[in-house]
This record gives sequence, C-alpha cells and structure tokens, in this order.
Amino acid sequence: MSDASFLSPARCPEPSDGTPPVVCFSNVYISFLGPAVLADLSFTVAPQETRILLGPAGVGKSVLLKLAMGLLRPSHGSIRLLGNEVTAMTEEELFPLRARTGMVFQESALFDSLSVRDNVAYQLIQARVPDEEIDQRVREALRFVELERTFDMFPGDLSGGMKRRVAIARALIRQPELILYDSPTGGLDPVTSTTIIELVMKQRDVYRTPSIMVTHRVQDAFMLCTHRFDTGVGHMVPLPKGETDPNTTFLMLDQGRMIFDGSLHELLHTEDPFVREFLE
Amino acid sequence: MPSNTIDRTAKDIVFTVQEYSLFAWRALVNLFTPPRYWPDFLVQADIVGVGSAAIVLLSGFFTGGVLALQSSATLAQFGATAVTGRFVSITMIRELGPVLTGIMVAGRNASSMASELGSMVVTEQIDAMRALGVDPMRKLVTPRIASTIIMLMFLTIVADACGIFGGAAVTVFMNGQDATQYFSEAYEFLHYPDIIQGMVKPLFSGYIIASIGCFYGMRTTGGTEGVGRSTIQAVVTASVLIIFVDFLLTQILLTLFPPL
Amino acid sequence: MIESTLKSVVWSVQEYTIYTWRAVLCLFSPPVYWTDTLVQADTIGAGSALIVALTGFFLGAVLALESDSLLAGFGATGYMGRFVGMTLLIELGPVLTGIIVAGRNASTMASELGSMVVTEQVDAMSSLGVDPVRKLVTPRLVATMVTLPLLTLVADAFGLVGGGWISIVRLNIPWHKYLTDAYATAGWPDVIEGLIKPVVFAFILASDGCFYGMRTTGGAEGVSRSTIQAVVTSSVLILFADFLISRIMIQLFP
Repeated sequence: MSDASFLSPARCPEPSDGTPPVVCFSNVYISFLGPAVLADLSFTVAPQETRILLGPAGVGKSVLLKLAMGLLRPSHGSIRLLGNEVTAMTEEELFPLRARTGMVFQESALFDSLSVRDNVAYQLIQARVPDEEIDQRVREALRFVELERTFDMFPGDLSGGMKRRVAIARALIRQPELILYDSPTGGLDPVTSTTIIELVMKQRDVYRTPSIMVTHRVQDAFMLCTHRFDTGVGHMVPLPKGETDPNTTFLMLDQGRMIFDGSLHELLHTEDPFVREFLE
Repeated sequence: MPSNTIDRTAKDIVFTVQEYSLFAWRALVNLFTPPRYWPDFLVQADIVGVGSAAIVLLSGFFTGGVLALQSSATLAQFGATAVTGRFVSITMIRELGPVLTGIMVAGRNASSMASELGSMVVTEQIDAMRALGVDPMRKLVTPRIASTIIMLMFLTIVADACGIFGGAAVTVFMNGQDATQYFSEAYEFLHYPDIIQGMVKPLFSGYIIASIGCFYGMRTTGGTEGVGRSTIQAVVTASVLIIFVDFLLTQILLTLFPPL
Repeated sequence: MIESTLKSVVWSVQEYTIYTWRAVLCLFSPPVYWTDTLVQADTIGAGSALIVALTGFFLGAVLALESDSLLAGFGATGYMGRFVGMTLLIELGPVLTGIIVAGRNASTMASELGSMVVTEQVDAMSSLGVDPVRKLVTPRLVATMVTLPLLTLVADAFGLVGGGWISIVRLNIPWHKYLTDAYATAGWPDVIEGLIKPVVFAFILASDGCFYGMRTTGGAEGVSRSTIQAVVTSSVLILFADFLISRIMIQLFP
C-alpha cells in the first residue's frame, strides 16, 4: 500500500460545469478481514449514461453496487451519489437518498411474506400513498415488465425470470434517478435473459435513467450496445451495422482493480491480455 | 497457542456484547422518534401474544400442579398442608410464572424471530429494504421488541392464573382439600412486593427475548445453515440471559421492596 | 374443521408412537452405530455443559433468595438449605435442564435432520441401504438419555453452590450448616425421582426433535418451522411429564 493516494484520499471533484456526475467513486478501498476486495477504484457515471460492469465471478462487482448505495461502507475513499458524499452520511440520513435510487438484486430479494402488488408498492405504502393510486401505479409498473397478471400472486409462485422482472418493477416504480442492476440475468436461461436485457434496454431508451449493470455475460453486454428499444413496435431492434449506443460504456474489474474504463469500440481494441481473454 | 485462542475468544465476546448493546439501544430509542410502524407492531403482538397463549396456558397449569403436589408433600411433614395455596401463588407469581413463560416464549419466538430475520438477511431482503429507503431496525426490530415486552407481561399473568388454577385442581381433586381455603390462602398472603416482582420481570425478559432473537437474526451469515445456527444460538442465549436477569432482578427488588 | 384438526392430531400421535417404538427397537438388533452415539453424546453433553452449569448456578441463587422471604413467612428460615437442595434435586434441576437442553438440542436435531430430509440426503441414505432411523435417530435418543441425567447432576451441583453463595453472602448462614441441611434430608426416593425425570425428559426431547426433523416438508422454511415446533412441543411435554412423574412418585413413596 505505497500508493500516495492511499495516504491522501482525493475527494470527488465538486461539479464545475452544469452536469455533475450521478455517481462518482474516488480511490475507494474496501476489505473484509483480509486482502482488499476493491482497491483504488475510481470511476463516474454521467447523467443518462448506462455503465456495464464486466468481470469474472467473485471480483467484488456486487460489493461495488452496495458501496454506491451506502449499503456497505468503504475502508477508505470517497463516494458521491446524486451530489451527496455517501461516506460522510449516517444510516438515518441515507434512507431518503436511497429512496431516490432503485436496485435490482441478484436473487431478486422479493419479500416472501408480501404479495407481488405489495412488493412493487413497498415504497409507496411506506409513503402512505392512497390505495387506488397505488393499485394504478403498480399496474403501470407491472405492465412495463409485462407481468400484469401476477398482481395478486406471491413471490413463491413465480419463476426465477418472473421474480427478476417483478424486482425491476419494484425498483422502477418511483422513477428513480439511478438504477443499479446486480447480475439481472444470472442463473437464467438464454431466452429469459434476453427478455430481461430487453427490459433494461427499454428502461434505458424510454426513461433515460442512468444505470450501472453488473454482468458476467459478455453477450448481454454486447446486445445492450448494439440494439435499441423501439417503442413503436414494442420490442428491441438492432442498430444499423457499425453503430453502437453512445451512452452505453464499459467498466471491467479484475482482482479488485479497475482494469478497463471506456466505450465498446475501445473495449474491442484494447491491448490488455486479461480483457482479451475474458471477451473470448 | 492456547493463550492466543483465549485472547481471540475474549475479544470476540467483548465485541459481540458491544455490538449487541448498540443494537438493543438503537432499537429502543427508535420508539421515541418517527417513523413508527404501528401495523407491524400489531401483527407482531398478535404473533407473540395470541400465538403463544396456548403453550403458556398449558405450561402454567402443569407447573402450578407440580408445585401443589410437591409443596403439599413437604408441608405435610410440618402438618401445614393448609398453606399450599399461599405457597403456590407466591412462588408462581414471583418466580416460576415469569421465568417459565419467558423461557417458553424464548423457545417459540426468539427462535422464530432469528430464523425469520436470518432468512431475510441471507436472501438480501434486508438489503433490498434498505435500498428502498426503509430502515430495517425501525420496520422489523423495534415493533418486535415493543410488542414482545407488552405481550410477555400479559402472557405471564395468564401463566400465573393458570398455575394457581392448576395448583387448585391438584389440591382439591388429588389431595382432597377445601377449595375455599386454598384460594383465600392464595389471595390473602399476596402483597404488593410480590406483584411488582412478578410484573417487572417479564418486561425485562420480553426485551431480552426480542432483542436477542432479532440480533442473532440480523447478524446471520452463511446461507440456510447459518439461519439454523442463529436460531439455536438465539434460543440458548435468551434462555440463559432470562435466568441470569431473573436472579439480578430478584436481588434488586428484594432490596428495594422487602417482603412484608 | 375441528374434526380434521382432531384427526391430524391423532394421526401425528400415532405416527410419533410407531416411529419412537422403531427407534427404540433398533437398539436391540445389530447393527448399532456406537460411533454416532458417542459423537452425539459429545455434542449434547459437552456442548451443553457450560450453559447448564450457568443456569444451574443462577437458579440455585434465585431459589436461595426467594426461599429466604418465603420461608420467613412460615417461620422456617432454618430450612433454607433443605429447601434449595430438595427443590433443585427433584424439581427445578431436572425441569430447567430439560427445557434448556430442549432449546439447544431438540432444535439442533430437528434442523439437522430437517435439512437432510429436504435436501434428500435421508432418501439417499435409504437408497444406500442404511436405515435412517437406526443411523440417525437411535444414536441421538440413546446419547441424550445417557447425558441428560449427567447434565442434570451438573445443574444440581452448581445450583447448590449458587444457593450456598447467596446463603453465605446475603443471609449469613454458615456453609457447613447449609450443606448438611441440603444433604441430610434427601432420601433415596428423592434421588431416584431426580434421576428418573431427566431420563424421561431426554427421551421426550430427543424423540420429539428427531420426529419433527424427519417429517419436515417444504424447503428451508419448513426446516425452521420444524425446529420451532420441536422446541415448543418438547418443552410443554417435559412439563406435563414432570407433573405425571411427581404424582406417581408421591404415590409410590409417600
């Protein structure tokens, strides 16, 4: 740990121009009783940007998402979320900030004891929104993920892919200012995975919410880059050949360090041997 | 090597106690500031109170019965079987009612709290709740603690009453003594210090049961197996603590309110 | 509604009886798995010794505290050692040890066997030609029945020390008078009662724990349901059995 940055942590820069980044990590370290899980991590997410976080299993991708929301605290470093320094806030202060963002967990993390309606409406119920309005907004959110018929069902009755879609609906219902997807396609069959990726894309192209998506499946990441959601026909269509979505960019982690940060074009032409191996 | 292990174990224990104190304190303080989740409080009160009523009723009845059986056998040696009622009611209200109800409810509810919250932790439901901007301490822990404290007091009263009736059943139907005498003895020799002792103890036991159950639940790690481990740890720790605190309270209350 | 509840209760009792009977019979025909029995005796006995000693100690101390004021009411303060010793030996020692060990071990058995059932390990065992009742249940039953009386003795002994501590510190009763008092009055019937109870309680808690474990259904949630049911049922049954045994012993040795 001879890095000078470790001794004097750089703070995320205060916004100088009109568009501050939605998320900013600066020299973030975290360890759990052992070697650092994430070390010297710095990156930003700009407004309207979708960042795809690639990396093999167990390199701390989920930890990174939890850090962004303040669910975990870094050992060292600075994290800004929606203009707030997360590391300096108490748990109590973080709740209203977290409510402005949405997160889709790896195994969906739906509340077993609540119906799909109550799961999706969880934040609205806490905010004491009237019942009729809740019903209407839940139906809207469920329509977005094409699962209106599950309204009265319980998480136990849903398949893995359906749970994932309900979790997306739950994260989207209050139109968050940032969405974090933790391996939304992990453990799903290819067809279901495509449906989920289509939803992520729909969210990106309809609401233009900035997001971070963790995945270890390169094909999902490429699909997000090379397709767009066509609201007219109601499903995704490929972009013209050679074109990619300009707002979808990549991050890549290996052994706790950020080894790549850039666009698809840069990713495909990088010299880094590990990145090349991972892509193949 | 052994000194090293002892060192680490001691550190672990101190750390756990510190963590638990912070946890239990925060959960209690949350009661005095909004937001409070009253519906959750009612649901928990129903689970703890109504759900445990049957076992508390049964165990109270048998405990009272045994007390009457054993005490009348001993008291017969002094030719004092007539005071069985007094003995049963005082012992039940001061000591066995609170302790046995506490341990029974610990077995049923400390365990279910630990396993419920534990499986929410390992399936990331707790993180999801935090991500949705809801404080799990307020939403899950505080209602459980508040409702257990209140309901355990009522359950203890139920157990006390059942115990006295159990004693009466044995005294009247097995030992063939007079019911009027039993009940008048039971009632007449009961004084305020006894009642205070009997009502203060469950308040503490309730706090112990719920806070220990939730504490072990919330710090669960290691999948379903971890949930099972937390459940059992919660029951054991809660039971031992209840008996320990019972001793402390008896000591303190006997000093503050000497028996008449 | 009542009818179906009654039916299911009767059905459970019947299942439980048949199953415990089988577990007991397994002891009298080879193969008996002695190694498993030893391992279980270690988990139950050595594992619970500390908590049993702790609860015993504080229980004895509380008894001494309470007996002081209680006996004063009857003008019998001198009998404190006797009161503490007898209550521990025939009543609270066995009952509390039983309930504490039920909380620790009936639950462990239910959750262990329960997760083996839901992950089909028990079926796998049968398919390999090993009788799960013989391999899993009988050793637990035997081990508990051997170790619980020993644990009860530990609790009794620590209770006596706890009571002695209070009687010296708070009540100024000399140690030797307290001890003589506690010993002198305990007759054989009391010792027998104090040792029969833990054997019966051990049978209840081990068979209950294994029974609920073996009939677990419904995944991880089912396992925690069985665990809690095992603790609750065995605690209530222990109190009920305690009542019955006390009654019988008073009948036999008036």
